[in-house]
Amino acid sequence: MINRLLVANRTEIASRVFRTCRRLGIETVAIHSDADAGLPYVAEADTAVRLPGNTPGETYLRADLVIEAAQKAGADAIHPGYGFLSENADFARAVVDAGLTWVGPDPSSITSMGSKIGAKELMKAAGVPILEAPESPTETDLPLLVKASAGGGGRGMRIVRALADLEGEIGKAREEAASAFGDGTVFVEPYVERGRHVEVQVVGDGAGDVLVLGERDCSIQRRHQKVVEEAPAPALPQATREALHEAARAAAAAIDYRGAGTVEFLYDEDADRFFFLEMNTRLQVEHPVTELVHGVDLVEMQLVVAEGGSTNGAGSTDGGPDGHAIEVRLYAEDPAHDYQPQSGRLTTFEIPDEPGVRVDRGFVSGSEVSTFYDAMLAKVMVHAATREQACRQLAGVLRRTRIHGLVTNRDQLVAILTDPAFLRAEVSTAFLNDWDGSRQARPADGDVPLAAALAIAETQRLARTVQGRIPVAFRNVPSQPQRTEFEAAGEEPVVAEWWGGRDGYAAAGVRVTGVSTGSTNGAGSTNGAGSTNGVSVTLERDGVATTYDCVVSDLPGRETVDVDAPSGYRRLVRVPRFLDPSEQVASGSLLAPMPGSVVKVLVEQGQQVALGDPVLVLEAMKMQHTVSAPTDGVVTRLDVEPGAQVAAGEVMAVVEEEA
Amino acid sequence: MTVTHREAMLEKIEALHAEQAKAIAGGGEKAVARHHARGKLLPRERIELLIDEGSAFLELSPLAAWGSDFPVGASVVTGIGVVEGVECLISANDPSVKGGASNPITVKKIFRASQIAQENGLPTISLVESGGADLPSQKEIFIPGGRMFRDLTRASARKETTIALVFGNSTAGGAYVPGMSDYTVMVKERAKVFLGGPPLVKMATGEESDDESLGGAEMHARVSGLADYLAEDERDAIRIGRRIIARLNRERRASAVEEVALQPSRDPAAPYAEPDADPEGLLDLIPSDLKEPFDPREVIARIVDGVSARNGVAFDEFKPLYGTSLVTGWARIHGQPVGILANAQGVLFSEEAQKATQFVQLANQSDTPLLFLHNTTGYMVGKEYEQGGIIKHGAMMINAISNSTVPHLTVIMGASYGAGNYGMNGRAYDPRFLFTWPSAKSAVMGPAQLAGVLEIVAKQSAESKGEVFDAEGFAGIKQMVEAQVEEQSLPFFLSGMLYDDGVIDPRDTRSVLGICLSVIRNKPIVGTDRFGVFRP
Repeated sequence: MINRLLVANRTEIASRVFRTCRRLGIETVAIHSDADAGLPYVAEADTAVRLPGNTPGETYLRADLVIEAAQKAGADAIHPGYGFLSENADFARAVVDAGLTWVGPDPSSITSMGSKIGAKELMKAAGVPILEAPESPTETDLPLLVKASAGGGGRGMRIVRALADLEGEIGKAREEAASAFGDGTVFVEPYVERGRHVEVQVVGDGAGDVLVLGERDCSIQRRHQKVVEEAPAPALPQATREALHEAARAAAAAIDYRGAGTVEFLYDEDADRFFFLEMNTRLQVEHPVTELVHGVDLVEMQLVVAEGGSTNGAGSTDGGPDGHAIEVRLYAEDPAHDYQPQSGRLTTFEIPDEPGVRVDRGFVSGSEVSTFYDAMLAKVMVHAATREQACRQLAGVLRRTRIHGLVTNRDQLVAILTDPAFLRAEVSTAFLNDWDGSRQARPADGDVPLAAALAIAETQRLARTVQGRIPVAFRNVPSQPQRTEFEAAGEEPVVAEWWGGRDGYAAAGVRVTGVSTGSTNGAGSTNGAGSTNGVSVTLERDGVATTYDCVVSDLPGRETVDVDAPSGYRRLVRVPRFLDPSEQVASGSLLAPMPGSVVKVLVEQGQQVALGDPVLVLEAMKMQHTVSAPTDGVVTRLDVEPGAQVAAGEVMAVVEEEA
Repeated sequence: MTVTHREAMLEKIEALHAEQAKAIAGGGEKAVARHHARGKLLPRERIELLIDEGSAFLELSPLAAWGSDFPVGASVVTGIGVVEGVECLISANDPSVKGGASNPITVKKIFRASQIAQENGLPTISLVESGGADLPSQKEIFIPGGRMFRDLTRASARKETTIALVFGNSTAGGAYVPGMSDYTVMVKERAKVFLGGPPLVKMATGEESDDESLGGAEMHARVSGLADYLAEDERDAIRIGRRIIARLNRERRASAVEEVALQPSRDPAAPYAEPDADPEGLLDLIPSDLKEPFDPREVIARIVDGVSARNGVAFDEFKPLYGTSLVTGWARIHGQPVGILANAQGVLFSEEAQKATQFVQLANQSDTPLLFLHNTTGYMVGKEYEQGGIIKHGAMMINAISNSTVPHLTVIMGASYGAGNYGMNGRAYDPRFLFTWPSAKSAVMGPAQLAGVLEIVAKQSAESKGEVFDAEGFAGIKQMVEAQVEEQSLPFFLSGMLYDDGVIDPRDTRSVLGICLSVIRNKPIVGTDRFGVFRP
């Protein structure tokens, strides 16, 4: 029996495993890096062990430290989650050697499936169709895919479209693989242009008994990483479905697989054929969609099997999928800029909790998203009777989700879920390759800046210390509107013009029908960095009323407003009402603060200096004053030398910021 | 079709806006465009930036100089705004009007502003850009104008900080505005502050010089030390001005009442309620013919705080059965207690005068500010009333309001004739603030009565000389006089003469009074127990 379990992982998956543990009465141990110390999963665990440092190499990938942590915390089992050490056979072995229960497959299974070439050989022998390129490919075999044997998640993969490039790409892939994984082995396989990624969930008891829990379609990927997953796979002929299940069973049985695993296939929809890709010997990120439609708890099954129980022990009688489940991965990343990961404080993060919705999250309002790890914030899932219903509900949930502080792929996810092709199940792994940003753009709402401006005004009104209830911007002689300016990247600021006065807020072309505070700022959205204020603004244009939920933060005069509206989320940053010129010395003249003589000159003309570097020392009134660089840059002018007398305000040197 | 009260009032409000627009337009489109093209802001634009965002600005005497030879507004904007949470008196020259030159009415308007600063203990911020005195009218400015500088330094002596933000010319006498201010900020390459410009210096001493060396901002900031701060540009000068106020250590010491009133409450009804009746209704209330009386309780219900947990009754009337032509009682406006005196039937009799006298004394006993709502045709005349001591009693009332030391606010809603204007705390009795509705009229008596009196007097005079009174011939004179008095008793005219602090939309009355009541709390409110000798 497992009594205290350490999860060798972080964020949502750690939380998710803990959840099952709590239900089963198993005590929980978290491990965390320094950067992760404040994340919810750490607090959720009964005990937490700090792994000093931040990079995965210093922390979550350190097998020795993880096992030591388990021993220190008195854990008797380790669950690896996914990623990190989850498919590291040496680690699995070390866990077992340390006398702990390893919640995962036999280390030998990891080894045999870990090598993609080896795995294919094994599958071939078991009669599972595999992707294999001919010894000497010809034009007709193009395109080809060069893949690192030890790679995963899209890393080290190169597509070859001209035979002439093959040699070179293999070379590059080898180099890349060698540096990334320490193993330069690569292989070549046919590249199915419009293939679908279909995978089968299996749970083995290690004695040859393999339970198949249906399949998932994970075709929607960006940079070869999944973002939308669903179960069951849509538009799949029943015979193919059964063949896939059978192939997966055969694959798992071939290695007497124990625990939860996933057999991944490339499904060529046009030809209705599939190829074995690889077997993941761990819990998948997207396992919840299977749980939702099959009514099982895969973590519980993992634990039961790890304890030596059978796959039936966790109530796993499978009556086939019930309805349809879809999961999206909410990432802090910018789809418009090559999916660049984002980091920073998630000031608000609220996902509607409604029937049919499941959220596995690693972050909450106020959490800091660091640059060290994967930027997945949460998995949001919906379980509904049909695929269409699930898509519609999930899109709705995402639209109403409040995420402030970071750019996310939320809008893209909504666009996918409402995309006609996606709804017709016309999916492939190339679905997002030619994704055009305009497809996700909901019509821009020009009233957002006005709503933000009124939210700021209302926030400031509540902070007044005098004339508390005099109408905002009251003028007995009105002469001009109030103007609130917001930054617009690379463009002229956006200006919202509005009026105050005895009848409340007003603006041209709209009716301001409501400005109220309090109700929108949920308890979960507190934020350490200064106070925030929730203001809900309702504007009526052409008889249509729209409500904007605004959160105002930062100092008066330079507020940031996070606006959630039917048109989507926008963060508006104010052009500061006033700027202290001394705050904004971009390039600076160094003026003598008082009359005196130059004692030392510490730089040369043309020298690179950093902000705060001492540039020269001035002596005046028997005191030495160090004059420092006002900015990073180059010393473009140096007018003085040691011994020189300077008058107050005289320019002694100029440091110019580099363009 | 008859014109409703509302239509008549709206028409007057429309006319008010038209007159205000003249002041806002400053020196006109061309001058404004030229000013803007130089990267400069208009006075109201400067003020909008200077005051706290979303706070109120109560502009004073916006129609100054109306009906005179000088432009409406008198080339200066004055008012009360909140800067860094501190209520300040702000005055800003309008450089688009003849370079911001001061004319006699400009000076009068600034005097009124500094009187308000003094009475209410406000810091003064001067946004300076003025070419000095309007030379053709110098005789009316030069001698009395010295008071401007006296007022600045006396304010400083009272610890009411004075700040000058110099945006442009401030030369000759004008140089003493920054000179007499506690803090000066000058805008780089714009401010020009000297006693004599290059031509004058050349004439006086033969010295060759230029603007910058005589009075540039850099020079004053680095050499003469007249400028305490050198601002990069106008916006920066305003930023610095705000920082100066922020460091005055003048955070409001709120009274207990105010403490409650200021609590930002998510419940809009707390800690006090909006009026029980819709202020919009004020427009329906005031008859366009002032001969028709109206019930001031209807006005009060639309101005004062409504019933709420902290305010069980909106208006507690005092002595409701006595002297019924004058309504007196207690209420709150924006949470602040006030005693109200409002004319009900126009005429003041002995009873009303005695009631008013007592009420003013009571307000002084409880240190409660007073609000006077005018609609009076004056004290009753006639044998019975003279014999009843109407002069004695009117004098008591005037005695009481003259010596009362609680702050007084006055709103002229309708008629304000004769000694009624005095007894109800007219301009000469120094209310802290006096605002007028567009429906108001004020004169020694109604135009028709005045003309009628003239006719009678002329007739008597003719008869005493044994001449035959030419009634027909006098009709023309009578008509002319009547028209002239009518015109001169209208609010724009009175406003132009600085006889009020502004004409306001009746619907803004509550907000305006709320600001005034907040402003007067910058000084302690202490009622007196000393009045002149009463002759009861």
